[in-house]
Amino acid sequence: MIELTRTIKYEADRVKGFGHDVMKVPGCENLESCIQCGTCSGVCPLSIYMDYSPRQVMALTRSDFKNEVLRSHTIWLCASCYACTVECPRQIRITDIMYELKQRAIQEGIYPKRFPIPVLAKEFSHMAHSWGRVTENWLVMRLFLKTNWLAIFKMWKLGLGLIRSGRFSVRPDKIKRRRELQKMMEMVDNVALSALPPALANNNNNHSNSKGNGQH
Amino acid sequence: MKYAYYPGCSLRGTGRAYEESLLPVFKALGVEWQEIEDWNCCGATAYMAVDEVKSCVLAARNLAIAEKAGYSDIVAPCSACYLVLNKARHYVEESKAIANTVRRALKTANLTYNCKVKVRHPLDVLVNDVGLDRIKKRVTRPLRELKVVPYYGCQIVRPYSTFDDQANPTAMDRLLNALGAELVYYPLKTRCCGGSLTGTLPEPGLLCTYILLKEAIKRQADVMSTCCSLCQFNLDAYRDKIAAKWEPVEIPVVFFSQLMGLAFGLPAEQIGLQRGFAPMKPLPAPGVAA
Repeated sequence: MIELTRTIKYEADRVKGFGHDVMKVPGCENLESCIQCGTCSGVCPLSIYMDYSPRQVMALTRSDFKNEVLRSHTIWLCASCYACTVECPRQIRITDIMYELKQRAIQEGIYPKRFPIPVLAKEFSHMAHSWGRVTENWLVMRLFLKTNWLAIFKMWKLGLGLIRSGRFSVRPDKIKRRRELQKMMEMVDNVALSALPPALANNNNNHSNSKGNGQH
Repeated sequence: MKYAYYPGCSLRGTGRAYEESLLPVFKALGVEWQEIEDWNCCGATAYMAVDEVKSCVLAARNLAIAEKAGYSDIVAPCSACYLVLNKARHYVEESKAIANTVRRALKTANLTYNCKVKVRHPLDVLVNDVGLDRIKKRVTRPLRELKVVPYYGCQIVRPYSTFDDQANPTAMDRLLNALGAELVYYPLKTRCCGGSLTGTLPEPGLLCTYILLKEAIKRQADVMSTCCSLCQFNLDAYRDKIAAKWEPVEIPVVFFSQLMGLAFGLPAEQIGLQRGFAPMKPLPAPGVAA
């Protein structure tokens, strides 16, 4: 069977307001003035692997094509080297816009299952939250358990090399005042909730705040 | 002046040779430092993809602890830490909404952050505060005839470029020059090493590292000098996979601080040189210096 995909986008594919929402985020405002010159795509060391080039992602975002950009490989291939950001003649912070799009894709759960990059981001943040520090070899093991646990066996040589050169951490590193850090993060959640309209905030409260932070 | 030292997670993990060499070099030059008490992970590039405000809070806790202890400068050797701590400062300065959330979050721990403390990279401290003259005077084993590629990676000069040029940084060039090394012209000095992609999507990630290594070999360098723990790891640790996919790329990749240690006459095992996968050879023999 041949899988057919439509190569032209229609007005009806837009999610109205998406571009506007992104451009309201601090750091993403200048997207409005993109002249589609393609400098970003030219300097990007990873654009050769992308489904949409960075220039196309900028155009699609500004024109409300939410589903296309949030499902693109491009946002996950961005290694945040900031080459595009410093070269952009319109001072658009392309890397920060990529971050914003990644956040939205994670929030909405739109990314291929077991796709390692968003899983790494989530595992990383989880580890930073609960321990205050991140121990690389532990992070990598958790990543493989969540994506492709067989891949651990392919890494044996690297692991052995790290052990041999004394770069393997047997125990994860932790900070002393972990509770302090968690309280700070709970406060961020509270501030975010109080900024939402009451109806939405209640809704969110029931769904995501299952940990219970005792501040109500 | 005493610096607040922020090691960051990787200098305690796979990049420990960076700390092992940097601190003795600081000591040899009389640079004083104190580790930030109970510092936490900066959030790196991964956290920004999950929650921007939380990643600012995470970074700001370290800045606030350093500020409370009365420091004016933080030294952050890892490029990702250096960038993220700087980025948090910029966001707090630029956005009232983010500043407000960060302030409220820090307040739960009786901390405040007033953007007073500066985030500095050790290259900046060494070249601009200590000065190349003082470094030159401390050199006992000049790295003569050692052809070195100065590789900066991306996040040290971009996007903020606090102490060096974005397109053509030269701080490490000048430093290596002061150590007596022979510099190799390397136009890829700020090209991305692939970052965490090497672990998540090997095909595009390893191509980035392969290009960098191959270019250094083509230019007949003896060693690559890095200033970021992730760059060093990427360029050093995936040789097997690169050899299996393309061709062998046997060139040692070390931290600039390790080369400084060598030039200062510190023993190789005291500056973590044994930790690299591709051993550095030949070591500049002490007898060569004269």
